[in-house]
Amino acid sequence: MSARLAAAFGKGHPALVCFVTAGDPTPDATPAILDALVAGGADVVELGMPFTDPMADGPAIQAANLRALGAGTTTAQILAIAAGFRARHPAVPLVLMGYANPMTIRGGDWFAAQASAAGVDGVICVDIPPEEDGELGPALRARGISLIRLATPTTDAARFPAVLDGSSGFLYYVSVAGITGKQSAALTSIETAVARFKQTTDLPIAVGFGVRTAEQAGPIARVADGVVVGSALVDLVAQHGADAAGPVRALVADLAQAVHSARSIAA
Amino acid sequence: MNAPTPNSFRTQPDERGHFGQFGGRYVAETLMPLILDLEAEYGRAKADPAFQTEFDDLLEHYVGRPSPLYFAPRLTEALGGAQVWFKRDELNHTGAHKINNCIGQILLAIRMGKTRIIAETGAGQHGVATATVCARFGLPCVIYMGATDVARQAPNVFRMKLLGAEVIPVQAGARTLKDAMNEALRDWVANVHDTFYIIGTAAGPHPYPELVRDFQSVIGREARAQMLARTGRLPDVLVAAIGGGSNAIGLFHPFLDDPSVRMLGVEAAGHGLDKDHAASLAGGRPGILHGNKTYLLQDADGQIIEGHSISAGLDYPGIGPEHAWLKEVGRVDYTSVTDDEALDAFQLLCRTEGIIPALEPAHAIAEVQKLAPTLPKDTIILANLCGRGDKDIFTVADHLGVTL
Repeated sequence: MSARLAAAFGKGHPALVCFVTAGDPTPDATPAILDALVAGGADVVELGMPFTDPMADGPAIQAANLRALGAGTTTAQILAIAAGFRARHPAVPLVLMGYANPMTIRGGDWFAAQASAAGVDGVICVDIPPEEDGELGPALRARGISLIRLATPTTDAARFPAVLDGSSGFLYYVSVAGITGKQSAALTSIETAVARFKQTTDLPIAVGFGVRTAEQAGPIARVADGVVVGSALVDLVAQHGADAAGPVRALVADLAQAVHSARSIAA
Repeated sequence: MNAPTPNSFRTQPDERGHFGQFGGRYVAETLMPLILDLEAEYGRAKADPAFQTEFDDLLEHYVGRPSPLYFAPRLTEALGGAQVWFKRDELNHTGAHKINNCIGQILLAIRMGKTRIIAETGAGQHGVATATVCARFGLPCVIYMGATDVARQAPNVFRMKLLGAEVIPVQAGARTLKDAMNEALRDWVANVHDTFYIIGTAAGPHPYPELVRDFQSVIGREARAQMLARTGRLPDVLVAAIGGGSNAIGLFHPFLDDPSVRMLGVEAAGHGLDKDHAASLAGGRPGILHGNKTYLLQDADGQIIEGHSISAGLDYPGIGPEHAWLKEVGRVDYTSVTDDEALDAFQLLCRTEGIIPALEPAHAIAEVQKLAPTLPKDTIILANLCGRGDKDIFTVADHLGVTL
């Protein structure tokens, strides 16, 4: 697994994982927004690959996908954005997140090779469950890229080993059964789920879906290894467009302060 | 790619839901446990004679099956070649083949203890059929329909509402069937504990392509027995229109191991294969969308391209995975006809046989129109008349320049 991902979850405090969509509002605007995530204190950066049919996403990220594709964003540009990020931020882990078709259309080997060349540490594919791992998993593992799987409230004990098999980097716990950006889960249910998964895996567990504010992120960071924030950042990009870097940096700094200090306050 | 010829074409999919390289279960993790439950429950239902008995009883007394097998004398004469026969699934309750599948799926939903039904619809035929079975069994029903389709299919929207369904217009994307399916998947993932998704065609994650095919195969089983009883022989050519492909696979599947029977699936060529169309096999490549791997209309980066057809029921950029496999192994031939050809065939059937077909089977009839004159008079062509045209009269009038 990626040394950068391991380091991000080994800092002695919970990690803040931040998501934005590549090419939103334009491919040229994305690097400055990614830099703002890092400057604000993000420990892991997730770069969303836009898709015409983002069926696991709520309205905010759907709209971001359409803005990015409307601006003509291509896979080649996304890989170039990733490579540029790696050059500017040699130590910050970068994860590509998206849907199966854009990742596999030229073959899983092609995608893994390109992602590796761009310095990508991990890949999250929303619609490739363990049952279809052959599409992408072997190619990623052969290149040393972490395949980061999702666990959900419907992932029971019988199924969890299949989710873990072949995954690395961290485990992304989708805290609500639903789409991105909508409702948030009760803290007690998150704590119970994380504790349950911890009995079976040593992978860091990052919790996402519906986390929008420092007030929500802090308490989750007390019970998990990381917190993922996406739709709230994407909403800022929707609001501020090419000038989003400043507001994005401010929100990330707020979130980072809450997440990084969560345990020292709580303890 | 040349796949080896199997001993039987009727044993797909494999235990992982794959038809060769196609099919599979490409869904979000939240849905996987439910998909696995559905597969297990369908396995139990198939082995339960009571399930089959209830399904058959509803098809006979509620849907009105068996549907007639009809020899079309005046169309045959007009085309001057092979005999043209129709499987009359447009005479089913609700006016199309869609109801066969909805009956089967709602019985599964009830077996699984689900208390809420969702579905997507394009033209509205599957939405009406789903709303119908929900009314019949007293379950709440939510239908996702692209806002564009809501506007152009107002009579079916009103039918669904009369039947007690809630119709939710989808504003995303091109606001047609593909977007309705995305939105239905979003609902499902958020309500997986109590909700059953009745998918309308033989596509989506395993086991949907298999179970929809099995429920629709009543079409081909009846047609095979009826043809043998009436003529003492099997048909020579089967013809069916293909959007997702459920009426076609329903007709074809029981004949797949009859080597003398040739099969022709007809995709929607829209304005032409070099322009806007919905012919996924002719103009697409294999990819992953809506839970399965199949032929898709897409660009070099795997972004999905909107389909176009005059028929809202064929207006989808993908196709059921079993058709993708049958194309690759060469058992079924696939062709396409344009909007204009379908409109001509629509009118031809009206005038020669007194049957107003839906625009979907009008595509099959257009292919029959091309094929029949090239074949001897003792050849039998059997086409699936999978829906009636009442819903389409406004579209057809518009294209003919008639104001209603």
